[in-house]
Amino acid sequence: MNISEIKSKIESALPGVSVKIVSQSLLVEKPGNLTRVVRYLKDSPEFRMDYLASVTGADYLDYLESVYHLYSMAKKTGPIVLRVRVRRDEPKIPSLARIYRGAEFQEREAYDLFGILYENHPDLRRLFLWEGFEGFPLRKDYLQEDSEILEAEDIQWLEEHGIPIPEDIRKQAHELKQQGLRALAQKPTKESGV
Amino acid sequence: MDEKTVTVQDTNPMDTETLEVNFGPQHPSTHGVFRMNIVLDGETIVSVKPVMGYLHRNHEQIAENLTYAAVMPYTDRLDYFNSMANNFGYALAVEKLARIEVPERAQYIRVIMAELTRLVNHVSVIGFLLNDLGAFFTPVLYAFREREKILDIFEAISGSRMMCNYFRFGGVKRDVSDADLEQIRKIVQKFPAFLDEFEALLTKNEILCMRCQNVGVLPPDLAVNASITGPVLRASGVNYDIRKVDRYSIYERFSFRIPLGDKGDVYDRYYVRILEMRESVKILEQALKGIRPGEFIHPKSTSFLKLPRNFKPPVGEAYGRVESPKGELGYYLVSDGTPQPWRYHVRSPSLINLTVLEDLCVGHKVADAIIILGSIDIILGELDR
Amino acid sequence: MIFGSGIIRGMFVTLKNFATSYFRKPDEGGLFTVEYPEKRIPLKERFRSFPFLVYDGTPENLRCTACDICARECPPKCIYVVRAADQDGRPLRRPAAFTIDYSVCMNCGMCEEVCPFDSIFMDHEFEIASQDRYRELVYTLTKLLKSNEYFNNIRPRDAQAVDKKRREAEEKKKLAAAQAAKPKLDEPPKPV
Repeated sequence: MNISEIKSKIESALPGVSVKIVSQSLLVEKPGNLTRVVRYLKDSPEFRMDYLASVTGADYLDYLESVYHLYSMAKKTGPIVLRVRVRRDEPKIPSLARIYRGAEFQEREAYDLFGILYENHPDLRRLFLWEGFEGFPLRKDYLQEDSEILEAEDIQWLEEHGIPIPEDIRKQAHELKQQGLRALAQKPTKESGV
Repeated sequence: MDEKTVTVQDTNPMDTETLEVNFGPQHPSTHGVFRMNIVLDGETIVSVKPVMGYLHRNHEQIAENLTYAAVMPYTDRLDYFNSMANNFGYALAVEKLARIEVPERAQYIRVIMAELTRLVNHVSVIGFLLNDLGAFFTPVLYAFREREKILDIFEAISGSRMMCNYFRFGGVKRDVSDADLEQIRKIVQKFPAFLDEFEALLTKNEILCMRCQNVGVLPPDLAVNASITGPVLRASGVNYDIRKVDRYSIYERFSFRIPLGDKGDVYDRYYVRILEMRESVKILEQALKGIRPGEFIHPKSTSFLKLPRNFKPPVGEAYGRVESPKGELGYYLVSDGTPQPWRYHVRSPSLINLTVLEDLCVGHKVADAIIILGSIDIILGELDR
Repeated sequence: MIFGSGIIRGMFVTLKNFATSYFRKPDEGGLFTVEYPEKRIPLKERFRSFPFLVYDGTPENLRCTACDICARECPPKCIYVVRAADQDGRPLRRPAAFTIDYSVCMNCGMCEEVCPFDSIFMDHEFEIASQDRYRELVYTLTKLLKSNEYFNNIRPRDAQAVDKKRREAEEKKKLAAAQAAKPKLDEPPKPV
């Protein structure tokens, strides 16, 4: 079954739902419709997409995206790739964890690293990073500490352990500390992919 | 167990209290730095909450800042027991993305390496499971004796025992010599005898049976719903093996069967792994018969070996998956036409197979939680990424 | 079957393994461990530990041209190269400083693969443990340089292939130079 057939089947079975074909995958235009589409794909005897292989996020600078790879274990077919796009400032997507248990950890991971809020998730906490971690590291605008610039505390520690530090580096770190900044560097931004 | 905190919920002296036990992260039975918060009623488990991230290094972000070729050595460090399988999945995903052909000999070498890795993984996992059961180190050392021979082969072929970094886009890094193939033939020939001995030691052992049978039963519908893959899924009786379903690489040329369990308990997971090793030996025998001299890497891809920055896959995305010894190992790649991947995601079987940990453990004794965890087979390098 | 027979059967397996470990060969189920460091297992030729730089003849005659490709392609970014310059500040084709932080290096062998001048290769030396990460494990140019004979010694097959390739390239270069020089001799230089 090719992708446009799947699209027309979904649209005829679910009135009011519109999907778009984006690079061999189906973009569900309204995030709120995602659960309906997934339930249809899972329950209809034609598809029987009972296995959610992978859930992940992606950042395209203008919007955040959540990508789902669905397979059928019963019919040994697949994948059907679904994607949902949301605004960066309000990244709310309905959770699939109540339909597929397998989405539970994967959605927590995407929340942890991208900050996508999966609504109605049973336990949406950070998965890998600790509580109170600021920011979402896989977003492209996440500022990372620059390992080339030492912080004032690092310099103090190194000097206590007898490692000589060049004067200009010490001065730079001191200045940053005076400004109340930690050593940060701007990451270059790339152009959007798909 | 590291710490015990008693939560006093009621002042009535006749009331029973639940005990919250923090299991891990520094505990040998967690196979790394994995932590579980277990709530116990007496010795029976009431709830299990896994806590992970102690080995988190944001593998995906590291990869997004590197060239495609430079990610390969990092994939070794995901599931550090099966670096060849990790390489395989990543190479497959990139080849799908950039539409690279792989020559026949390279395909054979890949299959041989992947199946040897499966032997290494399953034999050690069974050893560790027995360690968790209390059979202290005898089965592990028998397993490691066999693993050692295979790791020697990996060292001779790829240069490193565990961090192989052997696969390249469109082939493999170096050719396998006839002497190495002869050595592999010898190992494969002797492996069934070792398995017979291993089984004589374990399979009908009454203690093993009593500890493992009917413990941590995973019903097939829950297994499918929770996206469980690999031997854990097949032990529950669901016939799903990506080698058969996707027929990636050249797996359609080999005849092998997929062992299935009927109950889905710890014992089935143990026995499915034993049977899978026997099937792997069959695949290896056929592959070693079928391998012919030829190119070990596609001539078009050799130019990228010297200049990784010139390797720019066309704009698009790909999801490549392989049946790693732990389950479905998937790589999701998005290319924006630059030498670095825009998005790189690893679908790690260790993490997703843990979804059902609580369902398996609740109602069993605390000692069973450890063998259930051991039978799921997690590797923290892959789980935490 | 009688209850307990499985255990007894297993005990026989361990007993058999215990007894035969004394006279079997290592690859047939005997003792396969050696008492390191007194005894060692011979290293495989392709074994890779850390990178080193090759020189021909004398250390001044090193192959590295400070092109910086290895430093750029190194996945954990543990190589630092500074190109040498003459008195006028023009860059020379040799490194002024070449430093590898061995405590960051992850032995992947990428530098060896991408080097266009056959200069950097993976060593067999792995016993580099020390108590000082900064003084002992940050390898500078002098510590990294090793002779081509050493390379031939540890990895004969690879080294011979590299030597052959270099010889052929040199002969080709000589031939090309000779051919380029020839017409100049035959024809008198034209006035411009």
